[in-house]
Amino acid sequence: MIDARGQMCPIPVIRLARTAKGEDPGTTITVLADDPAARHDIPAWVRLKGHEVRVVAHGDHAAYEITLSAER
Amino acid sequence: MQPERLRTRAHLDAAQGPLHPVARDTLLAALDAGWADPRRLHREGRRAAILLDQAREILAGGLGVRPDEVSLHASGAHALRAGIQGLRSARRRVGAHLVTSAIDQAVVVREVQGGSPVGVSGLGHVDGEQWARALNAPDVALAVLADANGEIGTRQDLGPLAESAAAAGVPLLVDVATAWGRLPLPAVGNGYAADTASFAGPPLGVLAIRTGTRFGRVGPPSGPEQGREVAPPFVPLALAAAEAWRQVEDDRERDAESARTLVAQIRSAAAAVADVQVVGDPDARAPHVVTFSALYVDGEALVHEFDRRGFAVASGSACTADTLEPSHVLAAIGAVTHGNVRVTVPLQAVAPNRAADVARFCAELPDVIASVRAQLGTEDL
Repeated sequence: MIDARGQMCPIPVIRLARTAKGEDPGTTITVLADDPAARHDIPAWVRLKGHEVRVVAHGDHAAYEITLSAER
Repeated sequence: MQPERLRTRAHLDAAQGPLHPVARDTLLAALDAGWADPRRLHREGRRAAILLDQAREILAGGLGVRPDEVSLHASGAHALRAGIQGLRSARRRVGAHLVTSAIDQAVVVREVQGGSPVGVSGLGHVDGEQWARALNAPDVALAVLADANGEIGTRQDLGPLAESAAAAGVPLLVDVATAWGRLPLPAVGNGYAADTASFAGPPLGVLAIRTGTRFGRVGPPSGPEQGREVAPPFVPLALAAAEAWRQVEDDRERDAESARTLVAQIRSAAAAVADVQVVGDPDARAPHVVTFSALYVDGEALVHEFDRRGFAVASGSACTADTLEPSHVLAAIGAVTHGNVRVTVPLQAVAPNRAADVARFCAELPDVIASVRAQLGTEDL
């Protein structure tokens, strides 16, 4: 779980990429973020890297559940 | 002697750049000859009115329309706003809804009241089916669509989209603020909104509404600018704009061809850097606009690093404008919005060294991204 609330772009994506680097394929990483840019950037990063993401809105922030793909 | 960094300054943000040198001379001369209010009846006023008519005729010719279809405004955004107001007001009995795409200029997208703008593909092409469906809603007053996008360069296949508007009986205003002077203009639509800054004129909005298109005026038809404005433009700006057009008119195609080559060089230099996303259609595009996003850096830091090395470039990232929201265009195409850099290549006549500038930009680009990543400790990602 990465709590990136209060952090602005590109920090949430940087933290996500750093965590993803050390994890195995199939692992799910959850990122909490409230930066407006993260709404676009986390899904854009996920698409670029071929992972999958599920976004759950929580009022003032969102939870991004990223599942790492097998082929990276 | 000038310091090195000033002598080698490369302006690669021509969305609003230096004036064409001849247009600059014209502006300076016109400050003496055309300063008066063209509505005044004294000799100076009448002279300004005549000069304004001459400028209007040249600009109308540049857009392929009649002088009496053209009005001049403070900027391209003002021309768009005047066009939207007039077309919407003329159709107020039908409705007030505006149809546009998610990547049109913010001044247009903000006018979509209720519902959302029409979506685009990852390359920035308007979804034709969604476009047609939106136009056939019962309360649509008008449609606005940019021919070429000023942020990502993508050019729409305007023919079928204009056909949908015509079939639905909805007037279409085509935004050519990026295309004018850089691409052949589309022969479709009920009007154009443009800015003479696109061909190294001053920032000056031009609105052309085709004869026969119903248009609600802000004043009497005899009022300033075909009744579409509350005041006439400052005449020297119109003269400088017309002179810029005369200067670039004959050389447009050759200039665009070489700009296209320079943009292709930037696109491939950016794509060669790890974790850089080059956005926009690689082929159907404005010849002079190129945008890319580098992962794990912020746009502000990139702009500053390029600036330090002598390059003026723009960015669509959040924190580079006075807002926390990134570019709605990058967001709409699903591109990475951080680490964004946008280059608008100036005309050769304004930047005689542009090929060398772009070559140097391409050479320094990998190191700029690497050094900003190193500052942020993200070079290992």
